[in-house]
Amino acid sequence: MITPLNTSSRAASRGLSDISIRNLFIIPTIVFLIVFNIFPLIYSLGYSFTDFRASTNAPANFVGLKNYRELLSDPYIWNNFAVTAKYVIVSVLGQVVVGFGTAMLLNRTIPLKGLITTLLLLPMMLSMAVVGLFWKLLYDPSWGVINYVLDLGKFQWLGDPKMALYAVAFTDIWMWSPFVMLLSLAGLSAVPKHLYEAAAIDRAGPFYTFFRITLPLVAPILMIAVIFRTMEAFKTFDLAYVLSTQPSTEVISIRLYKMAFQEWQTGRSCALAYIVLIMVLAITNIYVKYLNKVKER
Amino acid sequence: MAAVQTSGERALNKVAIVAVLLVTIIFLAPIYWIVSTSFKPRNLATTIPPTVMFEPTISPFVKLFTKRSQLRSPPSAEEYAAAPWWERVVFDGGEKIVRDGKGQVQWSGYPSRFLNSLIIAITSTVLAVGMGTFTAYGFSRFKVKGEADLLFFILSTRMLPAVVVAIPMFLMYRAVGLNDTHLGLIILYTAFNLSFSVWLMKGFMDEIPKEYEEAALVDGYTRMEAFFKIVLPEAATGIAATAVFCFITAWNEYAFALIMTNRRAQTAPPFIPSQVGSGLPDWTVIASGTFLFLLPVAIFTFLLRNHLLRGMSFGAIRK
Repeated sequence: MITPLNTSSRAASRGLSDISIRNLFIIPTIVFLIVFNIFPLIYSLGYSFTDFRASTNAPANFVGLKNYRELLSDPYIWNNFAVTAKYVIVSVLGQVVVGFGTAMLLNRTIPLKGLITTLLLLPMMLSMAVVGLFWKLLYDPSWGVINYVLDLGKFQWLGDPKMALYAVAFTDIWMWSPFVMLLSLAGLSAVPKHLYEAAAIDRAGPFYTFFRITLPLVAPILMIAVIFRTMEAFKTFDLAYVLSTQPSTEVISIRLYKMAFQEWQTGRSCALAYIVLIMVLAITNIYVKYLNKVKER
Repeated sequence: MAAVQTSGERALNKVAIVAVLLVTIIFLAPIYWIVSTSFKPRNLATTIPPTVMFEPTISPFVKLFTKRSQLRSPPSAEEYAAAPWWERVVFDGGEKIVRDGKGQVQWSGYPSRFLNSLIIAITSTVLAVGMGTFTAYGFSRFKVKGEADLLFFILSTRMLPAVVVAIPMFLMYRAVGLNDTHLGLIILYTAFNLSFSVWLMKGFMDEIPKEYEEAALVDGYTRMEAFFKIVLPEAATGIAATAVFCFITAWNEYAFALIMTNRRAQTAPPFIPSQVGSGLPDWTVIASGTFLFLLPVAIFTFLLRNHLLRGMSFGAIRK
């Protein structure tokens, strides 16, 4: 009597098939992400065709593509995109130069290399908003350490409209060069030593060695760093928002924030959000394709 | 020829070491300045030339945690003598601690923001890593139809700019009353970190040999038992690394917190900048608040140093 009962209960516990376990493990996550990531986006897609303002109780009126049409022909918005593009170019270029350069320096036997590498990585782990804020003091024209050390007198970093964007980008370079360095270092240490030995036997100069051996072999991993940083710089908000109130540093995320939460043009901001979203998805797509390609190697 | 090359290389190596030290100093200087400013008396925080050597004081930290007002006249001798040491350092700086009618010290906004940051970051980390571990195992061990597309979908939710997601979330949260609540931010950060956690954990799961569980299944374990007793212990390092990454992301997050919270559930990142204000800010207090806020992340960075590369590249690059 007892034996069959035992077997059947055992069978029941074994009976949770692989397929049901798979579903149990995967479906809640997918549902959660759909509810909290995809559903809001559908919601805002709807609002992007209306003149809804979240600050009033007035019902939303359907306005068709008016928001999109106006945004895409608005020179101010284009200016925000231009500012963003300039910011992306300056900060990513700076990060690649500083990060890759530092990695080249570190790619040799150096005392305390592990400790130095970890210390160099510290800036990128810190909060952009909180640490970025402190750069306000460092950049201060009167009390700033930077002006004192570089003997620049009362040089305006954040106060000058032309300089402010570079100042924000410099802080970004300080924070994120370590990221490029980390990836470059991984790439550099993977270059087979015998290639350099062969180059040395052939009496290849340092430039030849660098451009024909080092760079091509590190390029794929460096490319990952560049795409990733481009995407992050394109989305940038925290740093520019806490550091500067200049119109010349108004990147697209800040414009979007102001439109949505200060001017309360909810419908219009939803449309702008969608324009930004499509751009980000395009970059992400490139990034993921590239990641998979690198993984396959 | 060989000897010349080595001496040349040795010289080059020396130059490189000096350059590395220089770069390290430049990179750490802003962090050093935060730490040193957080131990300065207020009048030494903004001097020309900048003050490097000074007698450290704890007063910025006392001021960080308390509400204060400017002293119109110096405190009377007996008032000063009666005050505890931590109140005297505030008197010395020309300020006094505000007390309520019962003589209780009034706290500043900082401790509650710090606590909010802890509650929200820890809870969302546990949820994201918990769900992420199960999902990663599912993707790693079983055939899933359209796996690449699903994984891309999962990743893309992380890639969206915070403000883009925040606009509809703000409206939805307002409708259901989740604005400025801990739960609201916890859900947002869990969703945000979940995709990251799935990607990273999948990499760790892929590295655990399937044979381990298969042997357990042959021994009569159920799939669930094999998962909990064999796979999870093997994945412990990966889970810990993923958790630290999720914690740091949630801890540092600014945009969502700025938009979704203003008082009750506000975290430290939007609070600290709001203290700079328009007048002459007390940089020593901001520095001490920043220093305390950065401390956990700095410690975690050291603990995590061998996994940084993997985490920062979404598990694409493994060392």
